[in-house]
Amino acid sequence: MENYMKLEVPAKSCNESFVRAAVAAFSVQLDLSVEEMSDIKTAVSEAVTNSIVHGYANMKGVVKIVCKVIDSVFEIEVTDFGVGIEDIGQAMQPLYTSRPDYERSGMGFTVMQTFMDELYVESGPGEGTTVRMRKRIGG
Amino acid sequence: MDIRLEVIGTTLVAKLSGELDHHTAPKLRDALDREINSQNIVNLILDFDDVGFMDSSGIGVIAGRYKEIQARGGKVMIIRVNPQVDKILEISGLKKILDCSH
Repeated sequence: MENYMKLEVPAKSCNESFVRAAVAAFSVQLDLSVEEMSDIKTAVSEAVTNSIVHGYANMKGVVKIVCKVIDSVFEIEVTDFGVGIEDIGQAMQPLYTSRPDYERSGMGFTVMQTFMDELYVESGPGEGTTVRMRKRIGG
Repeated sequence: MDIRLEVIGTTLVAKLSGELDHHTAPKLRDALDREINSQNIVNLILDFDDVGFMDSSGIGVIAGRYKEIQARGGKVMIIRVNPQVDKILEISGLKKILDCSH
């Protein structure tokens, strides 16, 4: 089975819960477990929050979310057109945060990596960021 | 996120309901800090019974309050967490330093 959905929201924190709910609702067609759905919701929440907090640093912008179902694999792509990440390796280190002043835990990428099976980050200074994650359902 | 606070001696009990994310975290942080500072709180109990979701933004809030409570010689306890919240607490390492119970 192949299916997809696209979503675009302004980079406002009140949209975080909406995106989680929308992605979770779309994932239901995969007949996934409660834990698998929780994992997907948490991972997408981290990616969208990163776009709002870091990508746009609370400035205006849009976050695009594309979800795909390819057989038993659920793929989520979260894209922003913000400042981008200079050093992706550093950003992905557990507990690293560029915004300690915001009381960020620095665990966002670690959560995405742990809750999903695959994680790819494409970014560069001034180029925005795309996070692509995949999870095999029932595996 | 709905927050109900109760002070028992020097212990603050916060009964939370809703979802704890980047959007709702500042509300919880401010409510806890206001009470901790104005009531001479030493211990903190966070009741997660009605919290359906938490992401790493919640970790930031809990870790920040943990530092403050620890400086006061007290303890932070998290009770009645669901499996999703439990997993986040586990990954973050917070479970090792906090008193957690289901």
